[in-house]
Amino acid sequence: MGYLAYYSGTSVVLSVLTLVGLYYLLTDQGYRVDFGWFLEETSPYMWAYIGCSMAIALSVIGAAWGILVTGTSILGGGVQAPRIKTKNLVSIIFCEAVAIYGIILAIVMSNIVQKYPSDASDKVIAANYASGYKLFGAGLTVGFSNLFSGLAVGVVGSGAALADAANPRLFVKILIVEIFASAIGLFGVIVGILQVSNAKMGEAAGAN
Amino acid sequence: MESLTFNIDNGYLEGLVRGFKCGILKRDDYTNLVQCETLEDLKLHLQSTDYSNFLANEPSPLQVSTIDDKLKEKMVIEFQHMRNHAVEPLSTFLDYITYSYMIDNIILLITGTLHQRSISELITKCHPLGSFEQMEAIHVASTPAELYNAVLVDTPLAPYFIDCISEQDLDEMNIEIIRNTLYKAYIEDFYKFCEETGGATADVMCEALSFEADRRAFIITINSFGTELTKDDRAKLYPRCGRLHPDGLAALARADDYEQVRAVSEYYAEYKLLFEGSGTNPGEKTLEDKFFEYEVKLMVNGFMQQFHYGVFYAYVKLKEQECRNIIWIAECVAQQHRTKIDSYIPIF
Repeated sequence: MGYLAYYSGTSVVLSVLTLVGLYYLLTDQGYRVDFGWFLEETSPYMWAYIGCSMAIALSVIGAAWGILVTGTSILGGGVQAPRIKTKNLVSIIFCEAVAIYGIILAIVMSNIVQKYPSDASDKVIAANYASGYKLFGAGLTVGFSNLFSGLAVGVVGSGAALADAANPRLFVKILIVEIFASAIGLFGVIVGILQVSNAKMGEAAGAN
Repeated sequence: MESLTFNIDNGYLEGLVRGFKCGILKRDDYTNLVQCETLEDLKLHLQSTDYSNFLANEPSPLQVSTIDDKLKEKMVIEFQHMRNHAVEPLSTFLDYITYSYMIDNIILLITGTLHQRSISELITKCHPLGSFEQMEAIHVASTPAELYNAVLVDTPLAPYFIDCISEQDLDEMNIEIIRNTLYKAYIEDFYKFCEETGGATADVMCEALSFEADRRAFIITINSFGTELTKDDRAKLYPRCGRLHPDGLAALARADDYEQVRAVSEYYAEYKLLFEGSGTNPGEKTLEDKFFEYEVKLMVNGFMQQFHYGVFYAYVKLKEQECRNIIWIAECVAQQHRTKIDSYIPIF
């Protein structure tokens, strides 16, 4: 049943897009499909704030999902082996760290956004547009890498809790796997910081 | 993607059942138990395991049947706890596990009623996991049709009875046929459910259930030699969800003696090994023991994957085997007949 819905949904969407595209092509209205116009007309603030919200929202989704996956296993395993409770909080902390990366970047990004007058010079306007795109890109980078990092830490943490409940010597070894899973979120943050490092909005944007 | 969504509904219960699994007796525990001289010794050794004081309130002298009841009671309490906390589809899965005990209970009650035993005595012998509301009413029926209309139509086993209603009377031979027909319908239904669930559950459970189906086919064949069961009737009792379907089952239906059954098993690598090592000479394991050993191996492997329902089934089967082991050792100890005390099947 799931496959039926999936295939029928995808084919409906694809056929609508194809038909609309063919309509424009064949009625000589191809010029109306204009990406340049779209990019010029949309405000850089939209891109900047979408990036900001993606950074924090996706990071928190990743962290929450990871905590749910590992938390339930810790609770279940802790019934018969109460000693695992405190040690396995480390997995929860790794998941939480992912959300913290997201919030750091979101705060940094929202501080960059400033208003610029509409009669500013072209150079200033161009710099503002560029910063809008940089913030959008950085937001997506951080958001998605933290999402998947949180998921990975969660699944590994669940296995770590259950293995620890069975045999205490296993926990430290599995923790190493979790550290690697957490590191990939960190990579996303580093790249995100690089991307916003020279993003400037406002009147002084085009100064250099 | 099962690993991302499984824990939402079932994470706590999986952690819990793995905790129970860690409490299953290990080889060292069995070595200790085997050295006991009396049942009181056995009780003392069990106190240091997960069982702790389960026999604390029993009056001495201790009986083996009391130990059996209390072992089962502990497993049932744990299972009921998990069943109460489960949501769909795990709750359906756990219900399927109880249906095999229900079938055994129904057959026990019918047989007992045929032999004019009192209903209250029979109820105490039923397995608690397989209890259902209408158990007390079984004695009113004398034909399967009456039994079905009065009692069984409200139980979850109703769809499995469709094949049995054509029997005319409840007598000794037909009881066993009813049991095996019910079990065949049940195991095929369970197999279909696990296949539809998919993922790691299907991996673990379909293998376990196809082994169970094949094992039933072999046992039915071997037990039917020398009885009045015709080959056609026998062929109708084989569950079709195993590896033996369709060629092996057809060959088994034609078999006349043990050697021909062994010849059928030669075509299947796993079963060939089981038949090879077994025999009825002293010092060799019986075929039943080899089947139990293979089942234990499959169940232990079920715990190697995470995020599937097979761990619950595996836990129930391993606890059953543990019960059988402890009772075997207890019987040997109680009767002071220690030659075969080591024929329990070690689990971990």
